[in-house]
Amino acid sequence: MSIDLTSTGSEPARWDPGVHSYASMGYYNADYRPKDTDVLAVFRVTPQPGVDPVEAAAAVAGESSTATWTVVWTDRLTANEHYQAKCYRVDPVPGREGEYLAYVAYDLDLFEEGSIANLTSSVIGNVFGFKPLKALRLEDMRIPVAYVKTFQGPAHGIVMEREVLNKFGRPLLGATIKPKLGLSARNYGRVVYEACRGGLDFTKDDENINSQPFMRWRDRYLYAMEGVNRAMAQTGEIKGHYLNITAATVEEMYERAEFAKELGSVIVMIDLTIGYSAMQSLARWARNNSMLLHLHRAGHSTYTRQKTHGVSFRVIAKWCRLIGVDHLHAGTVVGKLEGDPATTRGFYDTLRLDHVPANHGNGIYFEQDWVSMPGVMPVASGGIHAGQMHQLVDLLGEDVILQFGGGTIGHPLGIAAGAEANRVALEAVIKARNEGRNLLKEGPDVLRGAARYCRPLEVALETWGDVTFDYAATDAPDVVATANF
Amino acid sequence: MYLRHGSFSYLPELTDDEIAAQIRYALLNGWPVSLEYTDDPHPRNVYWEMWGLPMFDLTEPDGVLREIDECRATFPGHYIRMLAYDAKLGRQTIMMSFIVHRPAREPGFRLDRGEGSNRTQRYSVYSYATETPSGDRYRRDVR
Repeated sequence: MSIDLTSTGSEPARWDPGVHSYASMGYYNADYRPKDTDVLAVFRVTPQPGVDPVEAAAAVAGESSTATWTVVWTDRLTANEHYQAKCYRVDPVPGREGEYLAYVAYDLDLFEEGSIANLTSSVIGNVFGFKPLKALRLEDMRIPVAYVKTFQGPAHGIVMEREVLNKFGRPLLGATIKPKLGLSARNYGRVVYEACRGGLDFTKDDENINSQPFMRWRDRYLYAMEGVNRAMAQTGEIKGHYLNITAATVEEMYERAEFAKELGSVIVMIDLTIGYSAMQSLARWARNNSMLLHLHRAGHSTYTRQKTHGVSFRVIAKWCRLIGVDHLHAGTVVGKLEGDPATTRGFYDTLRLDHVPANHGNGIYFEQDWVSMPGVMPVASGGIHAGQMHQLVDLLGEDVILQFGGGTIGHPLGIAAGAEANRVALEAVIKARNEGRNLLKEGPDVLRGAARYCRPLEVALETWGDVTFDYAATDAPDVVATANF
Repeated sequence: MYLRHGSFSYLPELTDDEIAAQIRYALLNGWPVSLEYTDDPHPRNVYWEMWGLPMFDLTEPDGVLREIDECRATFPGHYIRMLAYDAKLGRQTIMMSFIVHRPAREPGFRLDRGEGSNRTQRYSVYSYATETPSGDRYRRDVR
């Protein structure tokens, strides 16, 4: 038989055996007032043709909590209403026919304390494959304070990271070692050394640098740390290289993390692909071993980019802050990867602010209180260069890591010159901002002025001055506000 | 060797006017400013000596500039940095840090190595400035 979600006929009594509409079973309740302790979620629901939006929304609440396709008498052995998720509001999405925003409240008792795996198994579990829906997207979540407090949060957070590195008042600078694949360990360490001595704070393994035939992890760690330490002695600044510890098993990741620690690294790195539980384990390890934890969001675009189906990155960002990473890639706006300015601002707010107000213009549906959980340092990486420094500082602010991979290593005068160009550009822009100059208007002048005493910056501006990646974003907010972004 | 430390160590030395503009930015944000000096700029030497207490409740940079001058006169052979501090909930940390004076001679650092097993190295950054006993280093500054 097929489940009829279009029925508007008279409903049977609640506990009659058989198939009832989800709404009639209590999964839709327009009068429900969410409790302060409820987990709230807002889904973009695209029902199949003919499916009533309210019933589709109720089905989302049902399938992501207690319901199955038919009435089961064993529900009557529980305080059923308590455990039912309740859709309490359904709005059509302005300007997008056939799409609805469904607001769902979940009682805190549905979730295990401090477990993202458990939270996600419920909220984005079976329900995303539910046939009566053409598409489903988790747009945002409100994590209640009572639940926030059961998570570790960032191993160190923005403030502690700055104190560890002894670097204040400016964005941090990094570069991903390129080419991503193929360099021998000795050559790889050379790039680390040149970039760090030239003026970067960090260099980084790419997400898919793990332990391949051309370079095994242990060799990479040894040569990279040689580069880091030489650069520290040469400049007098603390430097780091994100040693990627991503591996096939968690046991192996611990082994790599321990070796990074033994070598004196200040930071290790993981990929989003290792899974939520592994991320939580390593966040705990990082906290217990005084090691910063960098997270590369490898793979996220498979489910975050399209507007109608998947999970918004603002939700992933929220989960990652709870999980406890110190760094998370969150977009550049002006670089080569997807990123609408207002949407990106929403990600940055989610990672950095203690209290994030609802702001539909930035895609933030719910107010979120982090109750002093430290912030995560957002990382802007991918197709950015020194000539955009004033825009980057204006858009992204100060608590951010700006990563120039090609924009450092591709410099015609060499890697150290590329690093110096970026560092001089950054310091000149920060100095000008503090002096009260308008970055968007005067930024290019500031950079040209600095290039007069810094030949590497002059060459960088000549090489990349006009490069921008200007394409329409696929993931923009539906409400166009006059965001000052 | 040219020490890289703080926000502006890749720019030409800031003039006093430029330093005043930065102090003004700190004061506009409500951040008290303080001065610290050291003769050991090791990257992990967190606690430079405090030149008095943080200057709370200032509105104009002039007082800070006077303190900077006095500190420079007293410790011409030291590094001096200016810090701005934000006591706001959620920050409670330093917001600005940059060098306002450096010694004429910067001895720099040496990378020491301890050979370990399995090709590991135990690295240590050695600050040449600490070769002289601290009492002698202090005398070097007395004019």
